[in-house]
Amino acid sequence: MAQRIDVKDLNIYYDRFKAVEDVSMTIEARSVTAFIGPSGCGKSTVLRTLNRMHEVIPKATVTGTVDLNGRNLYDRDVDPVAVRRTVGMVFQRPNPFPTMSISDNVAAGLKLGGERNKAVLAEAVERSLRGANLWNEVKDRLDKPGAGLSGGQQQRLCIARAIAVEPQVLLMDEPCSALDPISTLAIEDLIEEIKTNYTIVIVTHNMQQAARVSDRTAFFNLAATGKPGRLVEMDDTTKIFSNPGRKETEDYISGRFG
Amino acid sequence: MTATVSSPPLHAPGVPELSRRRRTRDVLATVMVHVAFAIAMVPLVWILYSVLGHGWHLLLDSTWWTNSQRNINPERAGGGVYHAIFGTLAQALICAVIAVPLAVFTAIYLVEYGTGRLARAVSFTVDILTGIPSIVAGLFIYALWVTTFGLQRVGLAASLSLVLLMVPVVVRSTEEMLKLVPNELREASYALGVPKWKTISRIVLPTALGGIVTGVMLGLARVMGETAPLLILGPYASSINTDLFNGNMATLPTMIRENFGLPDQPAIDRMWASALTLIVLVLLLNIAGRVVARFSGVKK
Ligand SMILES: Nc1ncnc2c1ncn2[C@@H]1O[C@H](COP(=O)(O)OP(=O)(O)OP(=O)(O)O)[C@@H](O)[C@H]1O
Ligand SMILES: [Mg+2]
Repeated sequence: MAQRIDVKDLNIYYDRFKAVEDVSMTIEARSVTAFIGPSGCGKSTVLRTLNRMHEVIPKATVTGTVDLNGRNLYDRDVDPVAVRRTVGMVFQRPNPFPTMSISDNVAAGLKLGGERNKAVLAEAVERSLRGANLWNEVKDRLDKPGAGLSGGQQQRLCIARAIAVEPQVLLMDEPCSALDPISTLAIEDLIEEIKTNYTIVIVTHNMQQAARVSDRTAFFNLAATGKPGRLVEMDDTTKIFSNPGRKETEDYISGRFG
Repeated sequence: MTATVSSPPLHAPGVPELSRRRRTRDVLATVMVHVAFAIAMVPLVWILYSVLGHGWHLLLDSTWWTNSQRNINPERAGGGVYHAIFGTLAQALICAVIAVPLAVFTAIYLVEYGTGRLARAVSFTVDILTGIPSIVAGLFIYALWVTTFGLQRVGLAASLSLVLLMVPVVVRSTEEMLKLVPNELREASYALGVPKWKTISRIVLPTALGGIVTGVMLGLARVMGETAPLLILGPYASSINTDLFNGNMATLPTMIRENFGLPDQPAIDRMWASALTLIVLVLLLNIAGRVVARFSGVKK
């Protein structure tokens, strides 16, 4: 199921502004990769190119290649909609659909994808909610609005929604930044559990979190504001946090800037 | 510790006293706001008072709601407004059936797809439509319908002129509602591999539905009270006509106009009572809009 991603010579633009320059990296299957770096260095931007969400923004463009299982996502004949079905995403702020109940939220991807079979949908809802560690909290109120949950529960609902369509890769952009420590722990445990089935990429500003959950860490930086961000180095998380290859990585991790 | 909340120290350290000037200005502003409000309320209360005072007794008679004015001379009391209520509702309904899809799709285009020159041109056109005096809309349809095509002044023609007035109202209100839908919801949907058109039809529209319905109802309420185009395109008839394609069709505004200026008391009473009926109809529509809005769309 899970697959590795090869990024080569990626340049990312917002209109004429080059936001990220020359990124090449390999994201291993069935592992957790953390993106760290100072604000504005392009972590979210890079993440959003991995499922072609970048081009949703008007005039946003990309050059370079992103290979998923040997297939370039940016090939001319690749359908971005299909890419997003394979590479799911969880956002910084929980964003359940306000018109839908809890179970409809989880089933949204399947339903809108054309699945009608009630039994299949119900099974997927339970499996995904269990997978997101939310089942026990919501099983008695599946038909209540999703927006009525707490922030942490909403975020896990969004994770359940993302894994319900059975993607191969899961991208998470600061999924815990709006959450309290307990919900954060719940989500970190969840990441630990599901990484055997998914390739996970997580953006985080929390060094401890990166150290706790990730196998590999990529450090991004930018030379100055207005300059494009770039990938400084990428290595095993233990190595990055104990003995980074570059001075700027060490400075950032030890809190000397950023 | 016992704190006396009622009398805080006048000169709490570091907290400057509310200066006399600011206090005077505060009082002055408060008074002015209330006076302005009271002045604005005067015409409203006055209108309601005179319409209710003159018209209410006719509405209590059940024939008012079931009969037309067929074979009733202006100087005689009796008859009802059924023919005019039917005309107003039928023309508004046809108007809505044409205007709402047109307006909603235009708004979807402007908010979700439109970029560049075409969108600006469409938006500009809507602005112009908004500014058209209703009598000009009537004249335009008259020129098209009667002068160019040589057709009769039937109910449908009046409906068409109302469409011109309703479309811009609904486009603008729908646009506002679509813009209020957070982009995060669209992105969440795209990220699930849902195509754009499905995201709009299944996520964005349902989320905005309450507001869109309210906008439609308000647009309808406005159109139902429109008179100028009807004076040109919708000649009054005293009997019931359910055919939008043939013959004259009465509406509440033209019935009011018909009974205006006559010396006979029954006609004067009918005028006020028709006006009250129109107000009640519009009010009901507004309430219905709000109820629909409450029970649809975003779940709380
Ligand atoms: N929609 C956009 N339009 C134009 N420029 C953008 C847009 N989104 C981001 N940028 C720019 O791209 C650069 C990278 O932004 P990005 O959001 O990827 O940073 P980030 O590393 O995720 O920061 P943070 O940690 O604060 O989330 C920034 O200079 C930002 O101003
Ligand atoms: Mg970011």
